[in-house]
Amino acid sequence: MKKILRLSIIMLLALSASLFFSCKEKEAPMEEAAAVSVEDSKMGGTLVFARSGDSVGLDPARETDGESFYGSTQVYDTLVEFVPGTTEIQPALAESWSFSDDGLTVTFNLRKGVKFHDGTDFTSEAVVFSFERQFKEDHPFYKNGPWKYWGYMDMSNIVDDVIAVDDYTVEFKLKKKEAPFIANLAMDFAAIVSPAAAEKYGEDLTSNPVGTGPFKFVSWIKDDNIVYERNPDYWGGDVYLDRLILKVIPDATARWLALQKGEVDVVDFPSPEDLPEMMATDGIKVIQQEGLNVGYLALNNEKAPYDNVKVRQAMNYAIDRDEIVAAVYGAAGKPAKNPLPPTMWSYNDDIEAYPYDPEMAKQLLAEAGYADGFDTEIWAMPVARPYNPNGKKVAEVMQAQLAKVGINVEIVSYEWGTYLDKTDMGEHQAAMLGWTGDNGDPDNFLWVLLSAPAAEKPAGNIAFWKNAEFTALAAEAKEEMDVEKRTELYMKAQEIFHEEAPWVPIAHSVVSEPMKESVQDFYLYPTGKRVFAKVWIKK
Amino acid sequence: MLFPTLFGVVTLVFFMIALSPGDPARVMLGERASKEKIEKLRADLGLDKPLIQQYGLYLTRIVRLDFGESIKSGQKVWDEIKARYPATIELALCAMIFASVLGVWIGVISATRKNTWIDYTSMVGALFGVSMPVFWLALVLIMIFSVNLNLFPTGGRMNLRLFFQPETNFYLIDTFKLLLKGEPEYFLSALHHLILPSVALGTIPLAIIARTTRSSMLEVLKQDYVKTVRSAGIKEQRVVFRYALRNALMPVITVIGLQFGMLLAGALLTETIFAWPGIGKWIYQAIEARDYPAVQGGIIVISTSFVLINLAVDVLYSVINPKIRLQ
Repeated sequence: MKKILRLSIIMLLALSASLFFSCKEKEAPMEEAAAVSVEDSKMGGTLVFARSGDSVGLDPARETDGESFYGSTQVYDTLVEFVPGTTEIQPALAESWSFSDDGLTVTFNLRKGVKFHDGTDFTSEAVVFSFERQFKEDHPFYKNGPWKYWGYMDMSNIVDDVIAVDDYTVEFKLKKKEAPFIANLAMDFAAIVSPAAAEKYGEDLTSNPVGTGPFKFVSWIKDDNIVYERNPDYWGGDVYLDRLILKVIPDATARWLALQKGEVDVVDFPSPEDLPEMMATDGIKVIQQEGLNVGYLALNNEKAPYDNVKVRQAMNYAIDRDEIVAAVYGAAGKPAKNPLPPTMWSYNDDIEAYPYDPEMAKQLLAEAGYADGFDTEIWAMPVARPYNPNGKKVAEVMQAQLAKVGINVEIVSYEWGTYLDKTDMGEHQAAMLGWTGDNGDPDNFLWVLLSAPAAEKPAGNIAFWKNAEFTALAAEAKEEMDVEKRTELYMKAQEIFHEEAPWVPIAHSVVSEPMKESVQDFYLYPTGKRVFAKVWIKK
Repeated sequence: MLFPTLFGVVTLVFFMIALSPGDPARVMLGERASKEKIEKLRADLGLDKPLIQQYGLYLTRIVRLDFGESIKSGQKVWDEIKARYPATIELALCAMIFASVLGVWIGVISATRKNTWIDYTSMVGALFGVSMPVFWLALVLIMIFSVNLNLFPTGGRMNLRLFFQPETNFYLIDTFKLLLKGEPEYFLSALHHLILPSVALGTIPLAIIARTTRSSMLEVLKQDYVKTVRSAGIKEQRVVFRYALRNALMPVITVIGLQFGMLLAGALLTETIFAWPGIGKWIYQAIEARDYPAVQGGIIVISTSFVLINLAVDVLYSVINPKIRLQ
């Protein structure tokens, strides 16, 4: 008994010591802050970003998952980048670029005086190295692949060669005219790595990233945290944070509790049920943005009655998107009216969404010869996706709404793989599906999902809508290098889409990022990047 | 017994994966992979050789602790395990210390005060403990002791702002060295972070140990030699702890050994909620991703630990009761 008593006293002592310490530890960051003068008050501090999973690797050209990109994007830069919070492209490591008259050569003028974190100079050699390793099979580093995203973006059918003209000029030789190619270069896989570091680390470059970005990599404890420190020589001006920590907290509720307690500053992937409470909590703010995606009901134009434009329009009048979003998405979605997400440049906001109007729907059905309605199948996705968290529930709401205009809905679903195969082959009458964009270019939606060539089976265009005018506009925009002209073409294309109604657009997901009030200048990026270069902490 | 058992485990794991339906290479690469890629991976994995030859190669690799490379990350499986297993061992060990000390104590108290309110309360508590969903308990603990009372951190192994760099990944060992050098904050922070997850993980074993101790203790207290000792006028406390407990502990130690082994493999939920970078979640993700080398390595390491713990239990038997000899 005495031993046990003694043991418990020792344990109690240890406990109280650690408790005492816990009170002390919060004061630690103050010393750093004290050294900073008042004018520079943006400077300093450590930001902890809590996320749901660890990076697989930190060489962005090798990885495909968002968590890996979170880790690498802090260290690496690309030739061009997205304007914070948008899908517009702005110069980064390339100061400017121009297309040749035939559109098959792109010349990049590189930024001078930029250094990699290992002290080597950023030159055209690094650009050539970073790309050639991904597609030239005789390149000494090609074997360190697989270079998956290069394949995903079909780069081998776009890029023929990358040539260093002089130290600060690089030419990309293209196989075809492809305006969205520039947007591809803002993606993570197009990051510029230090050739010296690649030489030094070989395959281990993936756990020792060396780039030109706002933060230098310090350490990585697997499944726990990655630590970065400020790059004082960042070409993009001051980086305010002393240190950045990406911390893995797998459980969404635990992440929220850690934010409440103040252990972390920004939280990724909150669970939607917690959002109202988060918004109501003092000292916490939630930044929201529509995701780069769209969920829709595709009406198969090859099958009756959806070969009739009046029926398609009637479907749009008879389905109440607001009710669907309120019932199924909650705070995690916004109703859609266009095939493009609102954060995409060239999103046509002048288009008026079809209002919920059952009378109008009935009238259109009568005009189309379906005064008594008709029977139809609606296919519901069996899996949750950001653009459609519950296909079956959405289908049930539609079923009830459509019953009011005399349309009898039978809900059909298959296992996910089968579902995709069958919809690709056009076996459905009407099917729900969605799309998440990669590179932030409208072509990545309009061409892939709605052009006539995309209706070839197995199809990306599962409405099998083959509109010559729409396809011509999208094709012209693909080859047009001027962004303003492209915008005009895509605006026009969206009007045709609206008039012809091949889909009932349902919703875009809404991304929410809760954080402390003190975190300033944090922007969500539609492409899903998490960038901290200009983030600062209000003291 | 150690080596035959280990050999059996290793063999079982090999055939389990070799005989699982589908070609591992195909499963790993997905249905859209090209023929050449599948063939290449088959050759890399040695899958094109006869099964017996594969088995021989596999055994020689395992002996050298070479589990191959993880498909998902491309890193050596052994390195991946070394980075995560210490975290799980440390947590499971603390949870077991908590569960054993408290569990045996509660069990003894209940047995000596049979059918009193103390007994009833602790046994009802034990029933709750056994039936508690771990993730729920973990979240409640965080909510109360961390968020509301502000006594403990919500998760992780160390205050991030200390920027600690582990050597062995056993934080208590690494930080103890720093403690000896006069930097106690790391050790204290590691200890501080261990408490809540240990309680969450240890609650079920605690309840099981308490119940086992109670019933075993009741059994022993009825025996003649206890009566003899009592009649010799020895104080009751000494009777219980010196004479009865020693014999009552035998089944308890078996339970402790089994529970410890199970915690090593089954800390997944606790690790998830407390953001504890252990092996449970890693194996779970490896299974999801069909990362066969990782699954294989993980299972072998955990089952080896299980066998070793059992060995330790056998040794403990003979320490407690010298009549039992190791053969």
